[in-house]
Amino acid sequence: MTDLSRSDERLLKASLITRILRRPELGALAGLVVITAFFAVFASDKMFQLSGIMNFLSPAAHLGILAIGAALLMIGGEFDLSVGSMVAFAGMIFAASITLISMPLWLAVLFTLAFAGLIGWINGMIVYRTGLPSFIVTLAFLFILRGLALVGLKAATRVQVAMDKAELSSEPLSTNQLIHAIFVENGGATQQRGLAEKIEPGFWSELFSGDALEGLFHWLAEAGYTATFKSGLPKVTGIPVEIIWFLLLSMLATLVLIKTPLGNWIFASGGDPEAARKSGVPVSQVKIGLFIFTACCAALVAMLTVLDAGSTDAARGKQKEFEAIIAAVIGGCMLTGGYGSAIGAFFGAIIFGMVAIGLTYTQIDQDWYLVFLGVMLLVAVTFNKYVRRYATGEK
Amino acid sequence: MAKEQPLIHLNNIIKHFGSVVALNGVSMNIYPGEVMGLLGDNGAGKSTLIKVLSGVHRPTSGNMMISGDTVNFTTPRAAMDAGIATVHQDLGMIPLMSVTRNFFMGREPIKKWGPIKLFDHQYANWVTCDEMQRIGIDVRDPDQAVGTLSGGERQTVAIARAVHFGAKVLILDEPTSALGVAQTSMVLKYIDKVRKNGLAVIFITHNVRHAYAVGDRFTVLNRGTTLGTHTRSQISMDELQNLMAGGKELQALNEELQGTV
Repeated sequence: MTDLSRSDERLLKASLITRILRRPELGALAGLVVITAFFAVFASDKMFQLSGIMNFLSPAAHLGILAIGAALLMIGGEFDLSVGSMVAFAGMIFAASITLISMPLWLAVLFTLAFAGLIGWINGMIVYRTGLPSFIVTLAFLFILRGLALVGLKAATRVQVAMDKAELSSEPLSTNQLIHAIFVENGGATQQRGLAEKIEPGFWSELFSGDALEGLFHWLAEAGYTATFKSGLPKVTGIPVEIIWFLLLSMLATLVLIKTPLGNWIFASGGDPEAARKSGVPVSQVKIGLFIFTACCAALVAMLTVLDAGSTDAARGKQKEFEAIIAAVIGGCMLTGGYGSAIGAFFGAIIFGMVAIGLTYTQIDQDWYLVFLGVMLLVAVTFNKYVRRYATGEK
Repeated sequence: MAKEQPLIHLNNIIKHFGSVVALNGVSMNIYPGEVMGLLGDNGAGKSTLIKVLSGVHRPTSGNMMISGDTVNFTTPRAAMDAGIATVHQDLGMIPLMSVTRNFFMGREPIKKWGPIKLFDHQYANWVTCDEMQRIGIDVRDPDQAVGTLSGGERQTVAIARAVHFGAKVLILDEPTSALGVAQTSMVLKYIDKVRKNGLAVIFITHNVRHAYAVGDRFTVLNRGTTLGTHTRSQISMDELQNLMAGGKELQALNEELQGTV
């Protein structure tokens, strides 16, 4: 009875088809194949050249980082509708701490993550203490954070102007002037530029901006494996860092979900919080932790985009909360929690990037994108529902 | 059997909810290796008694001893740690999660990989398969979702989980009430097996037939008090039924319906 080989033999009895159908990300993978085939036929060849691939993977990565957070949180049984606004809000915090407070980049990064994490914690605590649906609580934060980003950025740009004036007159900015700039003056911009010159090159800026593996790509071009410009420089100088972050986070999230006790707790907390609690799973800590993680994912996207553009904008991240949730759902996450995967969200985000950018490589009007999204969502949810019913006996 | 020390000793347990008297002095002993059938109609106080035993409610007065030591549970966790496992009607299983993931929920075996603690799936799957085999359920694949198991299988898996994690006393709350005949006999067979391993089982039901099939002794609750504990040899199934239903009315009904109740 305690013979390992014998029980292993029993493990193999489930048919391969059942095992495949049981994977939550199957729908997203199938969708990805269909869409790749579609663009392979209808889009120009450029789309699937290396530069084209980077072109659509880059926005996919930005969305994907949000989607990974959204997926884990959804599996844990909660939503966060505030991630889009969090991108703008964290972008403001990040930009202001670099331009106004002159923090070194590494400190600004940690500060932004800590600040975002704090708001994620507040989201989680409110949901936990009041027992309200996270849908409502985070909907409130969708507006609160967007508003704070607008108000805050305008104040920050006014302070910037005051600081520049003070510098010109070579007098230090007085506290009164600072307060005046923040609370009394009107106007200001909802964009803040001029970050690029404030950031010193180095390890931390390499980590969050530019390309990775430049050496490898240079070598590949020289050896003639990849396309080059006439000057001999490679067309693709490396993999944009957001893609690396996206890959790493997807792998980490998958590892945690499938291979760690924490992953089991996330599934259990979303599947049936009461049953999980009775079995000794620290449900509220798991959920609050997931809110923090989701907020930090949004902050990461904010920092990547701010450093990439050299500016921040209060309109950034609009509607991204929905796209992130849709990517997670396409990836097989169930709206009621307790089921889903991080790899699914990974594929879901790539589908998004492919469609959004891919349409520019075709003759098709780009505004079909939204129609496409809606249809994709419906198809994915329906497909997932029936497959899941077959594979898991869900009623 | 009565000579050895009882695993659980309840002495005059009283529980009031405001002005409602839910339990009005319940006393009983439960010994290792026996199945105590706890019978009673709706509202007799069965649920309250279970909740007192499993640490959900604290009794208003009366004392409770486990293996001779007085205990005073403040949380369900404390009762679990003392070896009292309750399998509720809703089972505490999550249908969409695999059998293994459910089995080890909250108590995952760890495999260390450097500083990283991983869920040891191989070991967990192996234990789950092994336990299932002992029960006699042919779980082909421990990765299959609990939702694919039948009601009886789920019930037995829930019991097996409690036993595996060191329960000394099993409280089964209506384990057969939602099951068909074949499923019920599967669960009853497993209860019998658990008893043979020396655990004490408290089997709560209002189905006398099911209780009589595996019970060693029976305690009937009525309106918050016990109507006495009877050994199987002392009481017939009909007598037990009458006792539980308060006697005469049911007998009259039984005659009216020609002995089908």
